[in-house]
Amino acid sequence: MAEEVVLLDFWPSPFGMRVRIALAEKGIQYEYKEEDLRNKSDLLLKMNPIHKKIPVLIHKGKPVCESLIQVQYIDEVWHGKSPLLPSDPYQRANARFWADFVDKKIYDLGRKIWTTKGEEQAAAKKEFIESLKLLEGELGDKTYFGGDNLGYVDVVLVPFYNWFYVYEKCGNFTIEEECPKLIAWAKRCLQKESVAKSLPDEEKVYGFVLQLKKAFGIE
Amino acid sequence: MEDEVVLLDLCPSAFAMRVKIALEEKGVKYECKQEDLRNKSPLLLEMNPIHKKVPVLIHNGRPISESLIIVQYIDEVWNHKSPLLPSDPYQRSQALFWADYIDKKIYDSGRRIIWMEKEEQEEAKEELMQTLKTLEGELGDKLYFGGESMGYVDVALVPYTSWFYTYETCGNFSIEEGCPKLITWAKRCKENESVSKALIGPLEVYSFVLQLKKRL
Repeated sequence: MAEEVVLLDFWPSPFGMRVRIALAEKGIQYEYKEEDLRNKSDLLLKMNPIHKKIPVLIHKGKPVCESLIQVQYIDEVWHGKSPLLPSDPYQRANARFWADFVDKKIYDLGRKIWTTKGEEQAAAKKEFIESLKLLEGELGDKTYFGGDNLGYVDVVLVPFYNWFYVYEKCGNFTIEEECPKLIAWAKRCLQKESVAKSLPDEEKVYGFVLQLKKAFGIE
Repeated sequence: MEDEVVLLDLCPSAFAMRVKIALEEKGVKYECKQEDLRNKSPLLLEMNPIHKKVPVLIHNGRPISESLIIVQYIDEVWNHKSPLLPSDPYQRSQALFWADYIDKKIYDSGRRIIWMEKEEQEEAKEELMQTLKTLEGELGDKLYFGGESMGYVDVALVPYTSWFYTYETCGNFSIEEGCPKLITWAKRCKENESVSKALIGPLEVYSFVLQLKKRL
């Protein structure tokens, strides 16, 4: 039943995209509700009173918050298909480590790239590329971080791919030049329907960011 | 074959204390190696090259980093006793949420109480009290966050209670006044041997911080 699963989301959010991909991988029908973050719905404030953020996954009326926790929850509840986390405890710890690494680095550094200039931006770009290179190292020769199939780390990281265009335009650099293997990996992910239908067009994301910059007076 | 378990540790670290509690709860024998963070060991740099931080758990030669990830690993590998995370996926997601909340809030507020002054410090004190009151609300009338026995959230939070004296002294306020239920909960946790073995005393933490302040 579609009404059993509701996702409160905001279309450009990479965190929301993670949940969309996980739900699609598992073939789960759900109701998608777009939030206006300048005018948060009563439902959002009720379901996530602590952080008041999206995404919020509501399953049979009960909320789960924080995208990494949501993806793990989805993986556990709908465990019959497309497992995202490995079954071995050490491999699981390793997957969680790299998902945590993505969370510690990519969003904040990416944000600095499109909101700052000069030295601050240059430092963010440098650390951003270093972080992507470390992820490339972890990927190695595997098709996906999850091995032969999409896994937890793939789901966690790939939503940032359609923000790469924003970072590149604002930061005036090319990520593919520095991290070709990672770009190749991202394109492979996009060939999966669950990913392709969960990620909005990068030009649309860039247009949204330009509007934000104007609204906040960021050059 | 006996398991080989090594913990790269720093005694006052709340993050490291979490791991120690989890290992003690499971009755795991381990070797504790103290790190000097101004002079990190080659082993630490080899086992945690990404973040170069403690704690690191090394199980049969393989490293696991990040305290909450380590605690989950311990819970999964030594699953014969003292389960820390609930078995129900929804309850599990709630436990993970509250541990994540603790990670997002306490360390940073605490750090600012210790190192900042005046307005910044006041703001940090208010934030900390708000966070602790929210956690009291989540605890409710339960004995532990985990229910009848200690669970994941108890393990994630209780090490910070060793830091309360330091926050109170640096910030000149009383946590017990604002959050008496939480202090009662902390005392209850300390009656568990795993916690009393793993936690260092508040005065030791304070003396560690005073030394840090002296160096600057």
